[in-house]
Amino acid sequence: MHGLINQAIERFARATYGNGFWERVCRRRNLPVLTFEAMQSYDPEVTEALLDGMAQVLGKPRGEVLEDIGTFLVSSPSTGALRRLLRFGGTGFVDFLLSLDDLPARVRLAVPELELPQMELREHGARSFSFVVRTEGAGKPWFGHVMVGLLRAMADDYGALVVMEHMGASPGREIIAIMLLEASFAEGRRFDLGARAP
Amino acid sequence: MSFVALDSVKLGAVLDTLCPMHLLLDGTGHIRHAGPAMRKLSPGGAPEGMHLAELLDLRRPRASDRMEALLALAGRKLHFALRMPPRTELKGVLVPLPSEAGAGPGGEAPAGAVLNLSFGISIVDAVRDFALTSADFAATDLAIEMLYLVEAKSAAMEELRRLNTRLDGARIEALEASVTDKLTGLRNRRALEPVLTRMAETGTDFALMHLDLDHFKGVNDTFGHAAGDAVLQAVACRLTSGTRDRDTLIRIGGDEFLLVLPEQSRTEAVADLAHRLTGEIARPIPYGDRRLTVSASIGASLSRGYDPLDPVRMMHDADTALYAAKAAGRGIYRLYTPELGQMGAGRPG
Repeated sequence: MHGLINQAIERFARATYGNGFWERVCRRRNLPVLTFEAMQSYDPEVTEALLDGMAQVLGKPRGEVLEDIGTFLVSSPSTGALRRLLRFGGTGFVDFLLSLDDLPARVRLAVPELELPQMELREHGARSFSFVVRTEGAGKPWFGHVMVGLLRAMADDYGALVVMEHMGASPGREIIAIMLLEASFAEGRRFDLGARAP
Repeated sequence: MSFVALDSVKLGAVLDTLCPMHLLLDGTGHIRHAGPAMRKLSPGGAPEGMHLAELLDLRRPRASDRMEALLALAGRKLHFALRMPPRTELKGVLVPLPSEAGAGPGGEAPAGAVLNLSFGISIVDAVRDFALTSADFAATDLAIEMLYLVEAKSAAMEELRRLNTRLDGARIEALEASVTDKLTGLRNRRALEPVLTRMAETGTDFALMHLDLDHFKGVNDTFGHAAGDAVLQAVACRLTSGTRDRDTLIRIGGDEFLLVLPEQSRTEAVADLAHRLTGEIARPIPYGDRRLTVSASIGASLSRGYDPLDPVRMMHDADTALYAAKAAGRGIYRLYTPELGQMGAGRPG
């Protein structure tokens, strides 16, 4: 698993629940207390173990933990660079949604080794979309849940009012339903093209 | 006239979408219309009516900025800079208008032209300087992708830089550990050669002291190895506080130490230091409720006596002097002299 993903999980855990929580999760899964390097690769089993460990310690379904991670990625000041990179996708939320097909290619431009699952946005009407994440291998689905949290936070960022739901996973794919209630519901956060990432 | 004016308005509207950073020039080189992005780059946001040369400085190719000269450069890559600070550099290409669109009344004046501009590599600064948004670039323009890439790469580079700093810290720590004696915190044997090489390379005069504890085996045998370790640590501590930062203190093994003392070339000064150190070491060392006592013998050699400098010989001679010191009793200091060398010639080992 790419270090960036593991590092995101670690940062989320430490920032949201504290260092003690992170240490408890690591110990519970019989792992040394881990500090991930963003630019290294790790055994995917470690990632699985940490996600399961967090769900256990928090007493929450894994999917909810993953959604929280997705939200954290966009809304935490410590990951401001990612939020900015996502905002390059479009000037409004719908624009942004339509740019998601390009997301894996965009990510590859930035970090060539970071492979994201294939994803596809389907338009069912001006306000109704579904987002399909294709997952390979037999691993537990995870990316779709992260995307739900991330998309929710991005909708906030753009000031759009959106209802989103993870519709579950069938082998090889996860589906997210997206209903756009109001494209410019609130002010949204500013995005200066020329600003430097924090 | 009205037909022509209407036409250039229509043309301007088309160009606003296709290339938001364009200027529509009339036959005399005056700006008749500017795309929305170009307006942001202009004084007061309204360049209409200005002559092109008042807004932009043609840098390359070198030519007059009269309209006739510009029209002669049609289709070629042009390099401009804004006249006003921050004098942003721009690339451009000029295309003459078909005469009916730009011509003045009567069709006698020279036709106008469209000048399309872009930032080129200055885009990152320009976006900040002029507060541009994605709406200032044509939908087909790769500018936004380029800005994205610049930012993504900086973020990735920053991450790598952080990783590098951490790895570098770890490398320095490992390097430090590899030349450090774990028990005493002094240097270990591996540090000796680099120090002597440095002395030789910089031509620094230095003194070499070889120090050996006198009753150390007794301490170990009587009170155990923990007591022995405590004595070695106390000796290291006293050696450190009795010497300067630039001196190198090496534990070369067991109860033997080597001291490399740069810029120590006077025999009296070296003797003073040796006596101070032996005096310090002879003070009782508290260990639990006991007080342990050891003494130290020191032999020294001075680099000044060697021409050319010969560190191996110096080591050997300091060792000879130490042997002579040991032979003379306990807690004794001896400086190497050629006479000592002859006396010690027959000694064992």
